[in-house]
Amino acid sequence: MPWPWFAVAAITFAFLVLPLVGLLGQVPWSTLGSDLGTPEATSALRLSLVCSVWAAALSVCFGVPLAWVLARVEFPGRSLVRALVLLPMVLPPVVGGVGLFYALGRDGLVGRYLFDWFDIQLTFSTAGAVIAETFVALPFLVITVEAALRSMDRRYEDAAATLGASPWTVTRRVTLPMIMPGLVAGTALAWARALGEFGATITFAGNVSGRTQTTPLAVYLLLESRPNVAIGLSVVLLALCVGVLALLRDRWFGVG
Amino acid sequence: MSLDARLGLRMGTLDLDVEIHAETGETIAVLGPNGAGKTTALRALAGLAPIDTGYIRLNGEMLDDGAAVNVAPERRSVGVVFQDSLLFPHLSALENVAFGLRSRGRTRSDARRAARVALDRVDLGAVADAKPRTLSGGQTQRVALARALATEPALLLLDEPLAALDQSARSTVRRELRQQLSTVEGVRILVTHDPFDAAALADRLVIVEGGRVVQTGSFAEISAQPRSAYVAELVGVNLLRGNSDGGRVVLDSGAALVVATAVVGAVSTVFHPRAVSLHSLEPTGSPRNVMAGRVSGIERLGDRVRVQVAGPIPLVAEITPAALTDLALGEGSPVWAALKATDIAVFPS
Repeated sequence: MPWPWFAVAAITFAFLVLPLVGLLGQVPWSTLGSDLGTPEATSALRLSLVCSVWAAALSVCFGVPLAWVLARVEFPGRSLVRALVLLPMVLPPVVGGVGLFYALGRDGLVGRYLFDWFDIQLTFSTAGAVIAETFVALPFLVITVEAALRSMDRRYEDAAATLGASPWTVTRRVTLPMIMPGLVAGTALAWARALGEFGATITFAGNVSGRTQTTPLAVYLLLESRPNVAIGLSVVLLALCVGVLALLRDRWFGVG
Repeated sequence: MSLDARLGLRMGTLDLDVEIHAETGETIAVLGPNGAGKTTALRALAGLAPIDTGYIRLNGEMLDDGAAVNVAPERRSVGVVFQDSLLFPHLSALENVAFGLRSRGRTRSDARRAARVALDRVDLGAVADAKPRTLSGGQTQRVALARALATEPALLLLDEPLAALDQSARSTVRRELRQQLSTVEGVRILVTHDPFDAAALADRLVIVEGGRVVQTGSFAEISAQPRSAYVAELVGVNLLRGNSDGGRVVLDSGAALVVATAVVGAVSTVFHPRAVSLHSLEPTGSPRNVMAGRVSGIERLGDRVRVQVAGPIPLVAEITPAALTDLALGEGSPVWAALKATDIAVFPS
């Protein structure tokens, strides 16, 4: 291996780690407890927890059937459908937010009927924040579960069928338990992505304290006025992401 | 009870068209090389691959007629022992065995009770709560059989049930399997590429090559008169019957073979012609069996020569054409044959 590779690798690693060092160097450890205890911080953290858990749950409920269809059903245009499903992973979140606004906003494509018929308004509501987070989180769940379904040995499902299990029983007692590691990983990734969601949320759901102002939004807004609170909240997000990586370590990082 | 099937289907490069007929209490071995269509035939019988033409009738009920009728696998009275066993890795041995009973409507506790009885019967009660990955190869195979038999299927299908086992476990499990199969009611179909499995377990052989049946009959019939070089290669093994005291098998002719398997009573011994070496002088060495005889036939099969040796222990040896030239063998030549005890498979007959 030529030595410049090591030099470049070291620079790259430093580039990725430096911001974390910068953040941790600024943490006001002595007042961290009281900073996180301020109403702005607790409200943002509580809202983030509620919204991200909802987004992860919705991603599982709606994402698993979609992943199953993509993995198991052959139909024309499947690769196009998959590409569209994965688009939110690379789409600038703010563009997703604009799209959601014109689709589900009060005057949007579908949103106007939600409002006229059911009196549901998603913009500026916690439900809107959940929708925005689900939009960006879903692809992570779908792509992980689809991979798990594809790599599963389908002969186990055959074995279950010969033992008298109906297709639904096969799904419930064999397929889902066997893809559980993938499902857990996908849920964790979706949850982490929902937790950090900023662009789509602020564009679609707005920035209403206590209703749509999740932790990332609060960090952005408080960085000027109350930097200690913003830094404290950042550290909490960092800790949660480290936790997700720890959960996935066996799956992605192998031994060592 | 009986199975009456003609399986016609195309899958990729495979063009399968085989007939299988079996009576209850009979074990049929479908024998053939990899890619001959054996596993596909078995999947068709189980309902996992619909047939294009033909029929599958089990005890008079049409399961698949290649057209309108195709009974789903979960509605067939069929049990399958898959290659690699396919025990559900997330369930214990007990839950694996109980799976079929629960799927067929028994309550959880009822199914578990019946599964425990089934595991106790094959001496696996101690590992009932173990996950499959902690079981040995032999235990895995027994749990897989118990799982397939728990629902008392009218048709039992076994796909290379011994292929995943190492050589030492194989002969033991093969003997157990033979004993267990004899107690199973209904039709048993065994798919294998191993003539030793077929000889030990089956009443009748169906030899499949390239998707077609090339010969059927008992093992003795086929091994005595293989109809093609391919069949000779596959089942042209030496099969001798006799009485074993656990180390020596006394044949009907009075001659004896030294064996390395401790089975007592009436036995069949099987060894491959490749395991027999020929010598012009009496050899001294490790082989426990050294026999004098005369060449009674020479048959060329491609790059090998099958030499029949007549004597107190009649056998066939497979050697290279070069060895034949070196030994200067012809019909009637005296010759010594040597055979290692460990190359002889022994099973109760």
